Amino acid sequence: MKNRTFFWFILPSLITMLLFIALPIVSVFVQSLHIEHEAVLTEVENCGPFGCTQELQINVEETQKLKDERPLGQFNGFGTYTNRNHLAFAEISQAWQSREGIGDFFSQALNLPFYRALAFTLAYTFVVTPLVLILGFLIALGVNSLPKRIKGPTIFISLLPMIVTPLIGSLILFWMIDAQGVLGATLQNLFDDPSLSLKASPTLTWIMLMVYGVWHSAPFAFIVFYAGLQTVPADTMEAAMIDGASRWERTRYVVLPHLMPLTVFITLIQLMDNFRVFEPIVGFSAQASATSLSWIIFNDLAGSEGQFFGSAGATSVLTILGVGILLIPVLIRTWRDFNRKVV
Amino acid sequence: MFLKKVALVGAASLWGSTAMADCGIAAGNISILSNDFPAIQAVTTAAAACAAGDVTVETNLTKDHKDIMVAALTANPAQYSSVIVSNSTLVTLMNDGLVRPLDDLVAAHGSALNKNQLITANGQVMAVAFMANAQHLFSRTDILQEAGVETIPATYEDVIAAAEKIRAAGIMEYPVALNTKAGWNLAEEFINMYMGTGADFFKEGTAEVAINNEQGIATLNMIKSLVDYSNPDYLTYDSNATQAEWEAGNLALAVMWGSRGGAILDDEGSTETVTSNTVLTGAPTWGDGARPASTLWWDGISISTNVSDEDAEATFIALMKGITPEVVQANNDAAVWLVAGYEPSAASAGVAATASGGAAPYPMLPFMGALHTALGAEISDFLQGSESAEQALADVEAAYTAAAKEQGFLQ
Repeated sequence: MKNRTFFWFILPSLITMLLFIALPIVSVFVQSLHIEHEAVLTEVENCGPFGCTQELQINVEETQKLKDERPLGQFNGFGTYTNRNHLAFAEISQAWQSREGIGDFFSQALNLPFYRALAFTLAYTFVVTPLVLILGFLIALGVNSLPKRIKGPTIFISLLPMIVTPLIGSLILFWMIDAQGVLGATLQNLFDDPSLSLKASPTLTWIMLMVYGVWHSAPFAFIVFYAGLQTVPADTMEAAMIDGASRWERTRYVVLPHLMPLTVFITLIQLMDNFRVFEPIVGFSAQASATSLSWIIFNDLAGSEGQFFGSAGATSVLTILGVGILLIPVLIRTWRDFNRKVV
Repeated sequence: MFLKKVALVGAASLWGSTAMADCGIAAGNISILSNDFPAIQAVTTAAAACAAGDVTVETNLTKDHKDIMVAALTANPAQYSSVIVSNSTLVTLMNDGLVRPLDDLVAAHGSALNKNQLITANGQVMAVAFMANAQHLFSRTDILQEAGVETIPATYEDVIAAAEKIRAAGIMEYPVALNTKAGWNLAEEFINMYMGTGADFFKEGTAEVAINNEQGIATLNMIKSLVDYSNPDYLTYDSNATQAEWEAGNLALAVMWGSRGGAILDDEGSTETVTSNTVLTGAPTWGDGARPASTLWWDGISISTNVSDEDAEATFIALMKGITPEVVQANNDAAVWLVAGYEPSAASAGVAATASGGAAPYPMLPFMGALHTALGAEISDFLQGSESAEQALADVEAAYTAAAKEQGFLQ
């Protein structure tokens, strides 16, 4: 294709990408560099059904003047990024200087909202992603060797966890693990401990969220692997069988290498998805024990009386950076594979 | 509960249809955004009955009204001509000048209002309250008696002593519940409890937070002693969960919203034993404090700035029709109404006792929301035992200060 033709061919996609992907991200970034104007406060008397009190109130006219001058707010540079509710540079360096040991430093760092959320987000990502890959692969192998007649219904049932809306799925599980729910009561019976509660302890909450994550995402890996299994070349398989390869050896030396590009694809998607873990935290009411970066953004925008656009913007940009860093190894690998094939 | 709602709405609309002709509105577009519970449903349904000819009425009742109200009223013309507000949401709207003063409308159409219904800020009427709400004590008298507790606890120290007796007698392992779900609910419990000490949240005349003190630590310790008698899942307990636990007969002492009283005392969702032995009393006091450890809330009418005067007037008249004595009498037990014609009942005894005990209203400060959010995120660490009370309060102050700087309240 000539360069000129290629340019006209790709132009519509480029424009849409610019409008719907690049521009919103730039706007979020610009917003994250600003904070609200200094509020002009005046003391007034407020009265209601329960009597009168002297209280501070925002002087709307004065504040409106400031807003009209500069609608974006005060420029704050990277101030929001470095403050206590985000990267907390000052608090981290103080914790480092006053540390009584490396454990003490970490416990001080994990007391800060951003690092606490990051800790759960990373733990979730790195536990759930490999488990989803392994479980999805095993289910695919199992389903693939089923007789034709029951394959269809089995595939449908295996896909159910992915079909259920995440929030609904997590709410249903949340009720089931209640001390009076099916799972919760069974566990109490099993361990003979009437005070066992999956919701009360932070450790158990983490495990519960991760189990939910695997349950929800495994069908995705399964269906991709299952599609891949249909393309495994039959002659190679037969050749391996004639050579006397066992089922394990065939899986290890024929099937797995064949599915490698799919594994990279699933890893990529799962790393991105899991780094943005959000719905189960809301569904499981787990915010006391586990928060994630996406949950912080939600809390800035909808969890409270006011809305913190600058703060939400800063966390969003940090999340995008985080996803970028996570994906680098996978992207490098894809890039190398690509170059090898071209040559 | 559902059936009751249907019956309630049905009754209100029936009443509304007979009164349709006399709203006295020539023309106008009325659109109302509000929270969603039975008392508000009654008001908006009665107001909606004013729809006729050139008058259109739309209502949007949703628990998520807080999240959309600022954006919806910032538009010009505003998406809604009225938002049903409470102490805290009115401040959020006033911060951006999104609600208009109502003095002229009250003078023209509000002759039936009580003076104490008018919410004034700096001498201007900004909202018209129609109901009051507060969290207060719910007790099961049969269980208290079985455990040998003769009187209903009046202080939190008594609540803890009674809970210990109930546990020691082997009646219930976890007799106590508060709305302690991490986030907004837990922060509200802290604010209620701290109110009982009489101390201030902020340094006089500034937006600087002042809760990291003796009273703050005592407040946290008191909440901790109470949740020691709560189900270990307490950090997931919101109003729906505590109401369900109460109706299931799993609790003996709980601090819940007064607006839940009607639903708990009715004959649905629970057993005769539970409902006939449930008694609602004022919020307890504690320590040296004399005022009940609770905050008083009201719900009321506000009118958007960014709508035409014609629509504003039509909306105000329609909402006045929503809070007539007839509507209140038809829905007497749905709320503690501030409107003439309301007959106090068993369901409202708790809120009335809390108010007459001298509880303070929830502060109408522009930066209270930021403190509320910071409390909700930071104090659960202390309750879970992973940090000290001092550290938790220091964290709250730091989180609040960063947020208040971002909102322009601190420099």
